[in-house]
Amino acid sequence: MNSKLEQQDEYHWPHKHLLGIEGLAPEDIRFLLKTALSFEGVSTRSVKKVPALRGKVVVNLFFEDSTRTRASFNLAASRLSADVLDFSAKASSTSKGETLVDTVRTIEAMGIDAIVCRHNLSGAAVQIAKSVNCSVVNAGDGQHAHPTQALLDAYTIAKRKNLTKDFDFSGLKVAIVGDIAHSRVARSNIRCLQKLGAKVVLVGPPMLVPSIFKDLGCEISHSLDEVLPEVDVVNMLRVQFERLESQAFASKREYAVFYGLTEEKMKLAKDDILVMHPGPMNRGLEIESPIADGPNSAVLEQVANGLAVRMATLFLVTGV
Amino acid sequence: MKELADAQAVGKLVEELATQVKSSVNLDQSSDVPWALVGVRNRGDKLAERLSDAIGPEIFANRVGVLDITLYRDDLSEVAAQPIVQTTEIPFNVDGMNVVLIDDVLMTGRSVRAALQSLMDFGRPKRVWLAVLVDRGGRELPIRADFVALDLSKGADGLIDGDHVQVLISEVDGKDAIEVRPKTAS
Repeated sequence: MNSKLEQQDEYHWPHKHLLGIEGLAPEDIRFLLKTALSFEGVSTRSVKKVPALRGKVVVNLFFEDSTRTRASFNLAASRLSADVLDFSAKASSTSKGETLVDTVRTIEAMGIDAIVCRHNLSGAAVQIAKSVNCSVVNAGDGQHAHPTQALLDAYTIAKRKNLTKDFDFSGLKVAIVGDIAHSRVARSNIRCLQKLGAKVVLVGPPMLVPSIFKDLGCEISHSLDEVLPEVDVVNMLRVQFERLESQAFASKREYAVFYGLTEEKMKLAKDDILVMHPGPMNRGLEIESPIADGPNSAVLEQVANGLAVRMATLFLVTGV
Repeated sequence: MKELADAQAVGKLVEELATQVKSSVNLDQSSDVPWALVGVRNRGDKLAERLSDAIGPEIFANRVGVLDITLYRDDLSEVAAQPIVQTTEIPFNVDGMNVVLIDDVLMTGRSVRAALQSLMDFGRPKRVWLAVLVDRGGRELPIRADFVALDLSKGADGLIDGDHVQVLISEVDGKDAIEVRPKTAS
């Protein structure tokens, strides 16, 4: 028993950055989620703060609009007692022609311990990590990755399905519905869920769910009605109007009829199906209000859990 | 490695600690300030449960909590990798209470300092007491225990300054014992 304990003690989180899920081993993901369990309690007590990152500086560097992710990282860093610098790239020197690398090096020169970055170009986080010596956390880069969203989704599934003991998702089937092709949330979720042992089925119109995604080891379906009865979790992605240039679907109404999660469609699903949405929701389009606010929905828990997962992320990467 | 106490002796020490805490609880009978036990992970929490059983669970009425002090350590920025964080579980309001903080070994006082800060973040106890199974001596902070079962602070047979005094608790280590390990070995 003693040796087992010592073995557990020997695990050390090895990653200085969190750039995507692909670089994480299943044991890394499970360790991070377990750490998040310990941070969850901080948000429910009278002093919602621990001194773990006291004296460290975290920069929120957002080149793309974000309200909730930015707020979540901001609060997570504050609850760890780090100083937070909010850097809005739109109002900064990048609009005066400064390159990404120069921007991050300038910021780092102020004595920064971690950069949380969001950028509209895939690969931006990796480029930033290569250019600086501090930790980098990817808060979304183009269509590539949004690792903390995938981790908080996995955490939410584990909490609701009572899997927080070992975070083993074997036997679980998860549907991700919507614009898979353009979605970094989908890409990170696919990898994270698979690493934890779950099966993933992608659902949406053919233009938005290309068959090449089979190469990632996912099932593909263009019928939500067929998929719903056999899945334990359904993750409804937001229809991203701002990213959709093509005529990928004929009309909002048609999308809502075929791929929106309606009360009618919920009758096909398992009684205990877990409904998730990364937000912000288009009510009446990909999800109907009674479902979004119903007992199967974990939408608000996802937000609360995001805080614990981001606290765990910042705590672990800054320790390496 | 030398064994200072075997399972039977540890059992006696826990009883001794329980007796000391209980006498303070009894002296306090006239006041209506409730009592609670809070153990410091990873062994103080197990001791807290044993103390609750020994003193009488009715006195504490499920007010037995667990503190994980990892996030409050003063050497966090100096250790090589982040230590494993475990949950803190204090499922009651500590405001206005008599809280007995329980740890296995008291040495530098730094763990207790961290535990006190953590406890204060949960509220404002009326009074905090400190109960330890072993006082090893070697304080680096002005902290002393109210209840001590085994006092080694004045030295003990063959114990030298660098030695590491380790309390083993069966729920964690597979057996109850108190061991002395030369510093180089650990």
